[in-house]
Amino acid sequence: MNVADVIAGKRIVICGGSGGVGKTTTSAAIAMGAAAAGRKVAVVTIDPAKRLANSLGLEELGNEPALVDPDLFAPAGVEMEGELWAMMLDPKRTFDDLIDRLAPNEKARDDVLDNRIYQELSNAVAGSQEFTAMAKLYELDRDHDFDLIVLDTPPSRNALDFLDAPDRLTQFFEGRALQVFLRPTGLAARVMGRGTGMVFGVLKRVTGIDLLEDLAVFFRSLSGMIDGFKERAQAVNKLLADRGTVFLLITSPEREPVDEAIFFWRKLKAARMPFGGVVVNRVHHDLLGNAEVGDVSDELAAELGDKLAGRVADNFRDYHVLARRDAHNIERLGEQLRDDRLLLVPYLDEDVHDIEGLARLDRYLFATEAQRRKLLDEVVA
Amino acid sequence: MSNLLDKRLLFVMGKGGVGRSTVAAALGLAAARRGRRTIVVEVSGQHRLAGAFGSDQGAVLDEREIAERLYAVTVDPEHATTEYLSLQVRPRAMGELLASTRMFQYFAAAAPGLAELVTIGKIWELAQLERRSRNASRYDLVVVDAPATGHGMAMIRTPKQFADIARVGPIAHQGRTIHSFVSDRRLTGVIAVALPQEMPVNETLLLRDELADAGLGIDRIIANGCYPQRFSARDVEALREAQANGHGPLARSALRAALSEQVRASEQRPQLRRLRDAFGEAPVRLPFLFAPELDRDRLDALSHQLGSVL
Repeated sequence: MNVADVIAGKRIVICGGSGGVGKTTTSAAIAMGAAAAGRKVAVVTIDPAKRLANSLGLEELGNEPALVDPDLFAPAGVEMEGELWAMMLDPKRTFDDLIDRLAPNEKARDDVLDNRIYQELSNAVAGSQEFTAMAKLYELDRDHDFDLIVLDTPPSRNALDFLDAPDRLTQFFEGRALQVFLRPTGLAARVMGRGTGMVFGVLKRVTGIDLLEDLAVFFRSLSGMIDGFKERAQAVNKLLADRGTVFLLITSPEREPVDEAIFFWRKLKAARMPFGGVVVNRVHHDLLGNAEVGDVSDELAAELGDKLAGRVADNFRDYHVLARRDAHNIERLGEQLRDDRLLLVPYLDEDVHDIEGLARLDRYLFATEAQRRKLLDEVVA
Repeated sequence: MSNLLDKRLLFVMGKGGVGRSTVAAALGLAAARRGRRTIVVEVSGQHRLAGAFGSDQGAVLDEREIAERLYAVTVDPEHATTEYLSLQVRPRAMGELLASTRMFQYFAAAAPGLAELVTIGKIWELAQLERRSRNASRYDLVVVDAPATGHGMAMIRTPKQFADIARVGPIAHQGRTIHSFVSDRRLTGVIAVALPQEMPVNETLLLRDELADAGLGIDRIIANGCYPQRFSARDVEALREAQANGHGPLARSALRAALSEQVRASEQRPQLRRLRDAFGEAPVRLPFLFAPELDRDRLDALSHQLGSVL
């Protein structure tokens, strides 16, 4: 597997996976690699590491993509033939913008934006961060002329949250649920059956009447936008399943991220979303083969002294515990997915936090199998 | 700082992937060993604890004993809502019926923050000496394996938000009660887990500010996954020289692995310093585990280590 093949002919790459596996860095590296090869690429990220953001000039950005200064690449040894654009998503602002766009008039917009419940809880609305990322993706695809958009998905409690987000939001704005709040004694009450009166009675007792009234006001002011939200959610769903879209899973070779990647992959399959492969970051490759660690200290003792040679051997032994763990988890991943589209990136010595680091990562991501083997030989030997 | 385990409620917070679950389990073991009847709470969607105690059954929806004096439970918002209603609404069957109606499910799905409120409500309830249900057990300490930073903070903020929005009525009252328990630093503690890397440290600093806004604070920071300092600067010189001297492939690999680890260990140092400078106290360090899995023995070792400093 090689990223260049996976993204060939695609407009959208969505990078999913659990937190702390190098998702943001990988997304940025993929975007930079595609841009270097001549495409106009935007990378959308939620919360990049400060040093990485700085190195891309991401800091001064608003909620729109900005061109990364082309002069930054040559000094880092990157031949940039296309354009790299980058943006940091501001979920709250994206949500506000969406309300602004969908509101039938200014008053309706202000009613929602000024509503206390909206202000205090717009971040807590089920999946709102995930949904805004998707909504932004949709807009970027529709309103701009990028050849490729790379989305770094939000750090969810659960890597799947954002896949469900459009549906959940549709549910949130479901006409029927809101109808109950808008007209609890009207048509909805009859449609919902006799339970409604009882439910409301109890809800009043459990929640306190003020809260219910505030909620009703909130929902009433949203009511003009429900159809707009539903349409948007449908459009996003369509975009996710589009032939121009591909999902890449990012993971590290530890047990839990691998479990999550497997789970995520199943979900993608079930939802018939286009899966492109898995990038496994920070792999400890086997450097030992059938040899014994003890042989190393024997070989090095003369030159380094017994103590230091012993510590080198201890370190090597520890490294190999991790190498075996990684190999085991990667094997499990391959078996579960019944798929050999796994791209292994070795544990690089330094954290990736600048364009040079992204370029180092790209050497693996965009290499052919043969090139990657050669690179690995350099690492190993 | 000697009595963190004497509090009634401990939130273990941090970025995804830093080892919150491991630390929560180790803290639970440490407290149980001191004779505190302790329950470790996972919030739904994690299901990590059971594995470390040799059970692969996933979510533990009923409070279950997993070691001596140590219990585990998974709080699932739907389950907790049903339970809450069945205890609030009489007769009990009526509450259960209510929770199962479509209308109620719409409400639950639509009400922003309700899942977080019910979750923290259940956590608070577990920490009460007087439990809602008469035959429920009493715990001396509740350790919460909180969701990753953003979601964890949302959960902690919710009771006050609901209290402010509802103003009067049972939810407002309950919201205030929960918030005053959670923000009482004699009763409730927060342990922040970080890896000594840039992003997790950034999030820890952010977490401190967000907790302060909510009237809480970090009681102790745990730096997880600290590499050993195996090689001195002089060692590094010797290793580099040896590398240049030409050895067989195995020795070359071993030298390379040694130098790699030295780089990683030295990258951790400035991050540990950032934590120390920001909090005026060195974080508790837990070692990087060179192990395929976190098994019970290793968990015990970590819990002894934590128990000796907390």
